Amino acid sequence: MASLLRRIVSYVKSHRWLLMRRSLQILIVLAFVVDIPEVGRIAHGNLSSSLWFWNLPLTDPFVLLQSWLAGAPLAQTALIGAAIVAGFYAFFGGRIYCSWVCPINMLTDAAYWLRQKFKIKGNLTMSQDLRSVLLVMALVLSVITGTLAWEIINPITLLQREIMWTSAVGLTFLSALFLFDFLLTRRGWCGHLCPVGAFYRWIGHYGRLRVMAVKTNACSGCTDCIKVCPEPHVLAPVVAQKAMAVTDSDCTRCGACLDKCDGGVLAMKLELRGAKSFRGIPIVKID
Amino acid sequence: MTKHIPEKVSVAVKSAIENPERRKAIKRIFRHAGVSVFGAVVAQAAIFSRPARAAKILRPPGALPEKEFDSTCIRCGLCVKDCPYDILKLATWADPAPLGTPFFVARQDPCRMCTDIPCVKACPTGALDPLLTDIRKADMGVAVLVDHENCLNYKGLTCSICVRVCPIQGEAISLKPIQNERGLLQIPTVDPDKCTGCGTCEKHCVLSEATIRVLPRELGLGISGTNAMGRR
Repeated sequence: MASLLRRIVSYVKSHRWLLMRRSLQILIVLAFVVDIPEVGRIAHGNLSSSLWFWNLPLTDPFVLLQSWLAGAPLAQTALIGAAIVAGFYAFFGGRIYCSWVCPINMLTDAAYWLRQKFKIKGNLTMSQDLRSVLLVMALVLSVITGTLAWEIINPITLLQREIMWTSAVGLTFLSALFLFDFLLTRRGWCGHLCPVGAFYRWIGHYGRLRVMAVKTNACSGCTDCIKVCPEPHVLAPVVAQKAMAVTDSDCTRCGACLDKCDGGVLAMKLELRGAKSFRGIPIVKID
Repeated sequence: MTKHIPEKVSVAVKSAIENPERRKAIKRIFRHAGVSVFGAVVAQAAIFSRPARAAKILRPPGALPEKEFDSTCIRCGLCVKDCPYDILKLATWADPAPLGTPFFVARQDPCRMCTDIPCVKACPTGALDPLLTDIRKADMGVAVLVDHENCLNYKGLTCSICVRVCPIQGEAISLKPIQNERGLLQIPTVDPDKCTGCGTCEKHCVLSEATIRVLPRELGLGISGTNAMGRR
């Protein structure tokens, strides 16, 4: 009994970031679907635009940007909502959205997990810049067509609608996306294609919440953190001890590296003081 | 490397050759621009080849004209949630409307014309026009008696269900007597200026396919003016 308890505790400890992340993602999905007795539903709408706790409007700035480019006038509620969301991600770091909020992340993480279980080695290499290209395309197309170009296929709200109205029309696309990540490309969708991630990366370029190396001398150089990282290139300068913090805006702050690191080398910290490194080169202060 | 560059090469070219980093970056930008333009052309073709909104797709009250609605609506579904009668749906790929936009089908479930118009209040972007405060000024479409052959009133019966269920009874739709070879007929007649297009008449038409239907205004009404030949 005690050993079981100990195993559970150690499991929770070594998966604490993952568990926190998943709980938040699931809570966000449920907030839109479940009616709590006596209270009702705490979130209305969907991830394009929503009303939380009956008062707080939140709007996806990417969707609003497409709408504005398509020729729509900007409305107050939507603007306030978008400012809140954009401000949050600009301060903390854009791709927090990807690993803590986006429901598609659960789908692609599951695909990646299966990919490892089945030991699938084949990998269709794609440029990670493709998502920026898709982002530009979505914005240009919104201007040309006068419609919200990315919302025609956006799997994030598609998945949400499928869950909220238990429909299955979009399942073909969602399963195609799953199989793509599972069989074709390692982290194909979130790491290479999704323009929403590219947009949030751009917003949160100077995000202050960062994975930092706090005990550099405890690092054994096992590179386990790089192996679990969904965007491995962001950790390279830290592991090579060329930087004290992950400054690359690709970092999704998922905490997988923190879960994996036994030595407690890494920590998630709000870095409010000035940057300690510039483009991966540490800034040395001379006293 | 650099000694093979001819003397006359302009400064810009020379610096690009001498600076492979910048050369690579320029190449990259151009490659991405190329992919973007190509992709945008293909995607644009795909978007435009999608079927337009079908006539049976009606927008919630206060919706902007379809083209502006398409760009202003951000597909959040707040109006759907706030409709007390649950008539609104967000379009899936199976529906003949842009993905994620709200609509209702009059024959299945018509708009009940709530006087406080909760769907309009819920809209964060103004795609449902917040200036609409009187539901009787809403314009979701216009009811048109499309099939004279099968309408029971045209056959001399006094079904008149469409007139009796109308929420703006007597104004939006009323019976107008017409004398013809069958006798005196009571014909349901829509006043397009008063009709809001709520769809209650279409919903309640007793025939298995409604003879009176709500159509988007540009489909349901003619406009007097010059004809196609330019004559008045």
